[in-house]
Amino acid sequence: MLRIAASHRLARWLGAAFLATLVAAAPTRAQLTIEIVGGAGTAIPIAVVPFENEGAAPPGLSSVIGADLARSGLFRLVDDAGIAPRPYRGEDVRSADFRARGADAVVVGSARPLADGRVDVKFALVDAVKQVQLAGMSYVVTPAQLRATAHRIADVIYERLTGDPGVFSTRIAYITKQGARYELIVADADGANPQTVTTSNEPLLSPAWSPDGTRLAYVSFESRKPVVYVQSLATGQRQAIANFRGSNSAPAWAPDGRRLVVTLSKDGGSQLFLINADGSGITRLLTSPGIDTEANFSPDGQSILFASDRGGTPQIYRLNLASKAVERLTFDGSYNVSPRATPDGKGFVFVRRDGGRFMIGTHDYATRQEQILTQGPLDEGPSVAPNSRLIIYAAQQGGRGILAAVSSDGRVKTRLVSPAADVREPAWGPLSR
Amino acid sequence: MRKWIIGAALLVLVAACSSTPDKGEVPVEERAVTPDATTSGTTTSGATTTGITGTATGMPTLHKDPTNILAKQRSVYFDYDQFVIKDQYRSMLEAHARYLQANKGLRITIQGHTDERGTREYNIALGQKRADAVKKTLLLLGVTEIQIETVSFGKEKPRREGHDETSWAENRRADIVYVGE
Repeated sequence: MLRIAASHRLARWLGAAFLATLVAAAPTRAQLTIEIVGGAGTAIPIAVVPFENEGAAPPGLSSVIGADLARSGLFRLVDDAGIAPRPYRGEDVRSADFRARGADAVVVGSARPLADGRVDVKFALVDAVKQVQLAGMSYVVTPAQLRATAHRIADVIYERLTGDPGVFSTRIAYITKQGARYELIVADADGANPQTVTTSNEPLLSPAWSPDGTRLAYVSFESRKPVVYVQSLATGQRQAIANFRGSNSAPAWAPDGRRLVVTLSKDGGSQLFLINADGSGITRLLTSPGIDTEANFSPDGQSILFASDRGGTPQIYRLNLASKAVERLTFDGSYNVSPRATPDGKGFVFVRRDGGRFMIGTHDYATRQEQILTQGPLDEGPSVAPNSRLIIYAAQQGGRGILAAVSSDGRVKTRLVSPAADVREPAWGPLSR
Repeated sequence: MRKWIIGAALLVLVAACSSTPDKGEVPVEERAVTPDATTSGTTTSGATTTGITGTATGMPTLHKDPTNILAKQRSVYFDYDQFVIKDQYRSMLEAHARYLQANKGLRITIQGHTDERGTREYNIALGQKRADAVKKTLLLLGVTEIQIETVSFGKEKPRREGHDETSWAENRRADIVYVGE
């Protein structure tokens, strides 16, 4: 069930934060903005106090940290207005002030300019209930790295308070369509800093991150048919790694980053092949009379999930690469496709059609339980965050494509809205190192 | 500044693309070649293609004649989630088959399409299945396999953008495209 829990005040606050980002970063395009449409009932109330001297570096460290935490749905921001003097160090936090406002945790910090132009950023996370400092770190960075530093601080806070790694420093890739113009874009996980990676007047599809985050595989129709490319993000250099007779599509990386699984029709039908990342060493994986596609490696690299109509309707199967044994995994409903293994190895997310609606669901290997997390009507293209806690996917709103995210328990929902373009095909990048 | 950087990146991209074939390291197989119409025409036997090729020189151009069935009828439509070719397309496919048999130098691409329902990648596979169904019929009618490449656009290139059955029905199809067109 979708609960409208986020306050208008928070939404306005977030809007202001993103507007500030827009001005500061001056991106070439209108970037995605985030709306929180549902939240967990157990959100941790946290106050993120404006950092000392952060005004010198827009959009402000505390704004970025607060937006990250709020967007996860696991935190509720508590206003610190009226607390004077403002604490900037952990030992200066008077817990009673924050307890009175309902905060269980407090984040304080400072940004001190150094003589060489860099900035010394310090922060502390304080448990206002137990009155102890939980985390504290110092970073010396260039002004251009301040935003990334704020994400890193949010990651530390998230991990300290929830036990899971934060994914605020990660990036996402997605496709936009504006008129007849398609763009493959890479942005920060909060939608900031969008960078165009590839532009085409023909459709782009299925971006997939290499495990080390340095390359993207994707499908381009620029030669009037689907061809799989691998492109380096650092140099922009790319190579057609699968350009065989017929259709070439659905690339997915092996965890070692050396090979991909792709769907090719070169030998008839849509069938799965392994191919090296440089396009060499093509090997057919299976032979089936029908469709095999949308393959995805398990995190241990030992099996491959895929969608197939070999049983009459499209269902999800698992291929054991060592034994070549194939096992059917979905049985409910007549259309289960787009399996994406969760990085924790415990299951996969997928798309189910039910009553004409396309919805995102999860499948748990241990219990064989499936949970449908979204309502459709045209939800597709799920991609799981590296901490397995969030799923980003493509949805339709008002006849236009948008990106949305849902927590893996279905309780927290956010929307990433672009003011101009149709947005689709999200792919969540790996944890930064 | 940022625009400049992206512009530079695009230049690098273009440079990378144009230089790729020179390196000879891309295992490109059967890249959608666009043969010169004249070349393909001269490879046909003028003597055995009377009537159907239609011109004195033996140049196969009938498929470009807007009044001819070969130009007018290029699409096979399918029911939802279906790949069966209905009887109504029999005569049209027979005409294309006769023409391709008589002009072995001609190549076609069959492009499969789906309606907007279903995921993008799965619909690529569905569109491929439709294109393959048309190819199978043409093979049974005597066309040689080398003349046909089947590809899929899935739901990526709808002819009609609407979200209703009329639009969906128009988008569930396979199109015959003569290479070089």
